[in-house]
Amino acid sequence: MTNSILHKADTRGTVNHGWLQAKHSFSFGSYYNPERIHFGVLRVFNDDIIAGGKGFGLHPHDNMEIISIPLAGDLQHKDNMGNTTIIRHGDVQVMSAGTGVMHSEVNANMDEAVNLLQIWLYPNQKNVMPRYQQITLDVSERKNKLQQILSPNIDDAGVWIHQNAWFHMGNFDAHQTFEYTLKNKKNGLYIFVIEGAVTANGQALQRRDGYGLEGIEHIPFTATSDVQILLLEVPMEMI
Amino acid sequence: MHTQVLIIGRNEKIVSILEKAINQYEHFSALSSLEDEKAIELFHQHDFTIVLLSSGIDAADERKLRTLFHHQNKNIVIIQHYGGGTGLLESELRLAIDLLNYTNIKMIDPL
Repeated sequence: MTNSILHKADTRGTVNHGWLQAKHSFSFGSYYNPERIHFGVLRVFNDDIIAGGKGFGLHPHDNMEIISIPLAGDLQHKDNMGNTTIIRHGDVQVMSAGTGVMHSEVNANMDEAVNLLQIWLYPNQKNVMPRYQQITLDVSERKNKLQQILSPNIDDAGVWIHQNAWFHMGNFDAHQTFEYTLKNKKNGLYIFVIEGAVTANGQALQRRDGYGLEGIEHIPFTATSDVQILLLEVPMEMI
Repeated sequence: MHTQVLIIGRNEKIVSILEKAINQYEHFSALSSLEDEKAIELFHQHDFTIVLLSSGIDAADERKLRTLFHHQNKNIVIIQHYGGGTGLLESELRLAIDLLNYTNIKMIDPL
């Protein structure tokens, strides 16, 4: 049986701190909606816009796989593991927070906002040693095809995490059709439209809509305009 | 209704941040411990509604604490905190309260 959940862009939790405008697909911070706690192990999906020169000061995390995907602008990352880096469009950053990590994420530019997707997955084991990874992907490799950006495997494409999840991104021209096949048919797929419009398993989706599907192994897509899409395959049960 | 929360974890900075945050929430207050013995002592001295487990507690210690707390108070709600900051804290507490109020919310406390 196929189950689905639709998160239209304008139904997301909205927070405006001035320097930070955030859209929460799931309960986060002061936004609480008991109907939107998680999709399987996907617990946080924040669409953040950070004003120039501003950002998240030094703060801790633990027991969470935290993936950041910048869509526009440059973000300066610092952490207590000795990493000081800039992440920008085309990069993917992951932190396995494990027993605890301190970090800051600040807009590296004074005159340009950063748009960042911040995604948190529950880990498949608690209290792992904290780790940081950042890669730069060739964005042209996702033209009219899906590019894997994350997996559970160290030697596979993209970054790796402590969870049996796979993320893909794709930039498709209008009218292109494609299909995603789950790596594990017990998993679910959370679809997020970054730009444009697409039909996923018959459901029309617009810019910044989210759509979770469970119980279907092969998911058909049709780009109804030029579209940038992010697909998150995640376990629906915790191990 | 006022809700008292006992926080137990091994990461001092994170436990301190969680305690401070909860003490700023309306209708909540928190005490914390980095050590199991002190946590058990606090549990006996105070009327906690929720035990929040933070990071670094090994599996055997966690089992021991859960068993002891449930034995002392069968209504105690024990939840695992994830994320280490305030991002998920409010949701976790509100879910726990919903659970106490016998709503149909499914707690996610899996590992």
